[in-house]
Amino acid sequence: MSRTLTFSIFRHNPGDPGSRPGLDVFTLEEAPGMTLFIALNLLRDEQDPSLAFDFVCRAGVCGSCGMIINGRPGLACRTLTEALPPRITLLPLPTFELIADLSVNTGKWMRALSERLQTWVHLDEETDPDRLEEPMEPERAEAIYELDRCIECGCCVAACGTARMREDFVGAVGLNKIARFRADPRDKRSEAQYFELIGDDEGVFGCMSLLGCQDVCPKSLSLQTQIAFLRRKMVQIGAGFA
Amino acid sequence: MKLIYTDVLVIGGGLAGLRAAMGVRRRGLETLVLSLVPAKRSHSVAAQGGMQASLANSVKGAGDNEDVHFQDTVRGSDWGCDQIVARMFTHMAPKAVRELAAWGVPWNRVRKGRHEAVINGERITLTAPDEAHGLITARDFGGTKKWRTCYTSDGTGHAMLYTLGDRAIAEAIPVHERKEALALIHDSGRCHGAVVRDLISGELSAYLARATIMATGGYGRIYGVSTNAVINEGMGQALALETGVARLANLEAIQFHPTAIVPAGILVTEGCRGDGGLLRDADGHRFMPDYEPEKKELASRDVVSRRMAEHMRRGKGVNGSFGKHLWLDITVLGAAHIDKNLREVKDICRYFLGIDPAKAWIPVRPTQHYSMGGIRTDHRGESPWLRGLFACGEASCWDMHGFNRLGGNSVAETVVSGMLVSEYVADFCASAEGNLAISTSLVEDFVSREHGRLSRLLATRGSENAVHLRKRMEQIMIEKVGLFRNGPDLASAIEELRGLLRAARKVGVRCQSRAANPELMLAYRLPRMLKIALSATLGAFQRTESRGAHFREDHTARNDRDWLNRTLYQWANEDDELPTLAYQPLDVASMELPPGFRGYGAKNILEHPATAPRQAAIDKLMQNHERTERHALQEALMPFRHLLPERYRGNNERLSEPLP
Repeated sequence: MSRTLTFSIFRHNPGDPGSRPGLDVFTLEEAPGMTLFIALNLLRDEQDPSLAFDFVCRAGVCGSCGMIINGRPGLACRTLTEALPPRITLLPLPTFELIADLSVNTGKWMRALSERLQTWVHLDEETDPDRLEEPMEPERAEAIYELDRCIECGCCVAACGTARMREDFVGAVGLNKIARFRADPRDKRSEAQYFELIGDDEGVFGCMSLLGCQDVCPKSLSLQTQIAFLRRKMVQIGAGFA
Repeated sequence: MKLIYTDVLVIGGGLAGLRAAMGVRRRGLETLVLSLVPAKRSHSVAAQGGMQASLANSVKGAGDNEDVHFQDTVRGSDWGCDQIVARMFTHMAPKAVRELAAWGVPWNRVRKGRHEAVINGERITLTAPDEAHGLITARDFGGTKKWRTCYTSDGTGHAMLYTLGDRAIAEAIPVHERKEALALIHDSGRCHGAVVRDLISGELSAYLARATIMATGGYGRIYGVSTNAVINEGMGQALALETGVARLANLEAIQFHPTAIVPAGILVTEGCRGDGGLLRDADGHRFMPDYEPEKKELASRDVVSRRMAEHMRRGKGVNGSFGKHLWLDITVLGAAHIDKNLREVKDICRYFLGIDPAKAWIPVRPTQHYSMGGIRTDHRGESPWLRGLFACGEASCWDMHGFNRLGGNSVAETVVSGMLVSEYVADFCASAEGNLAISTSLVEDFVSREHGRLSRLLATRGSENAVHLRKRMEQIMIEKVGLFRNGPDLASAIEELRGLLRAARKVGVRCQSRAANPELMLAYRLPRMLKIALSATLGAFQRTESRGAHFREDHTARNDRDWLNRTLYQWANEDDELPTLAYQPLDVASMELPPGFRGYGAKNILEHPATAPRQAAIDKLMQNHERTERHALQEALMPFRHLLPERYRGNNERLSEPLP
């Protein structure tokens, strides 16, 4: 049973003085196993060579292809068209700088976030790589990896009410990273240092608990739990209890 | 004309490029990284199963060391690799894993006591000793004698790339994202940097540097189906080739991974088989033991892929709606194991196939996966023909993989080569040769040449369609330069690819914007991809033997007598339609491990005349050194340590080999 899909796709190239924002409509015959990666490439190959979008791994691991798919942020590469109605609207992720059409500059945003929250293990000193590594409890390593699985796709930021109102909000992506480094015994930062990074309205106290982030995270990270936990910890520290 | 100066220009923001940038930064040099995409989206992120390093912490890794890893690597390469480089690599791999452990990679760890594992289809119990508790563990991979592949679940590349990406930010290394190098700037055999295009604005600028490091990955996307990310189009190799001076090597050595899902071509890790998964045919029969009774599913990748194709040719493939395939069965591992150690595999199966791999078999077939060949360099990572041009990672051919690489060795290579090459680059910059001396008019020539090319493309709609030409190239590579190759098919592929290259010179673009223009990108990349495709195909045509991943149906023997060498490619003139090939012999007389039989299938080797004398010399030396300590014995066989940067010459500690 073959369907004809109708795509309404946001078009605008800010670098082209003649370009005006709007929606373009395309139609395409659906094929078995078709993903939005396949569909968008077919549209570009056969209908409009200027259509801009980002894919890299096309396997759901690199985080390049976040977009608004029928109103909901998600990874286009692993979205099967058969899971969607025949009319499909594709918009670029909000909050991020538009490059063109469906392509947005998540990389720039994430780099700024990393610099601001210092998302790396803060070491006391370098170790000697000739020597046996420091042991770590197996469960601890697994727990860190659980939080390390974020792919910086930006879907949580696009789904965030606070991020829409507060340009400097670090988003669930930022808070989850702090949770990841707090869980890591190799990171020697103190609670007070973490408080400096996220103990305000641009950090963990900006979250209004709408939790769109939790709903859309393609990696099913425990964002709700992490934010709630961090908020409790940061209240304790801010109030001088920790 | 915008000029940007730095000491070391790194092109490519994956694991190799980031580690190289950190290395030169730590030596006090200025550096910056160019990347087509945000660095953390590089193809390194897709590495799943792990990285080989002989830590010997896990139960089934007991007794492992650099010697065993070295021998596995050389055998795996079908003796096509540079053994000095393989030695340097196996010596460095434990240091690389431990460095990453200190920086934050959450490597999976050994848990003391009894735990279950699946080996050869059966559940067994292994008991880990108390003293190994909490050290980095390892899983089994193909073509290895020991369990040596360190991992974080099946997201190893992700964990490594995020740790290195964040570490680079911590060390204030600028990454210029969404930038594409269009040409290397060079004269008189010296590289001075690159002409670079901003993929957002379309603006051209010149990046000038004392040393340039190519870390641009492989060229898998010249094939229509590949496990590679869509950005792996071989542009780094093509830029080096287009200098007319630098040379590439062994492009015909192309690896096909046994288990990519059908039809998407997305990889599911070798860890599936390493952890105990099985390959089954249309009848549900486990067929690998019939072909390779010893290593079965865990033979070297080239062997498993060929056996799978052979089995399908015998009519044992499953007829799916997307052509023939076989089954990968990991149901035997159980849901708990999959949920913990193969979760990306589970996600891939769920989203792209709609199945739960704990309950259903996964449809797979061999698919293009890895480029053993690349920019030819010496053991320091430098092009011998274009000084100041270095390469590392998959982009390069310093040649540790020869004609087939082992699973887990490329992720390890990215970081190891970044560590090593950055030291040699820093030494180069400190030497008299390392000064930047270039006239701005030369830079202007290179920039205006690229500007002119882009303007010509934009000025014409062209008589050829780039999309059609590209698709035809991809199809030719799949059909005629695949797992099984033969003279007539390769010859016809060369003729057709030449036609495509001529046609590609008549491509124009319809979309006139210089900014964010995907049509323009394809138009200028296509001829470069075709040059790589043509080179690989010509190399495969001329190499009338079978070695590693390069298998000729019309020349099935491994011919050490005539072909124990490395293919070199040079694109001498811009208007040429074919590269010029030359061959660089491997020196049997200095090998630590002289050519032998890998132990797969029937022995089919034409021996090199120097093999027997070298083996006799080694046997004699071994007799005299019966009680010599292993490092000293190795030093007597093939000294390599003096070639390493001084800081990396020390022995690696193990539980069984404590350091003083």
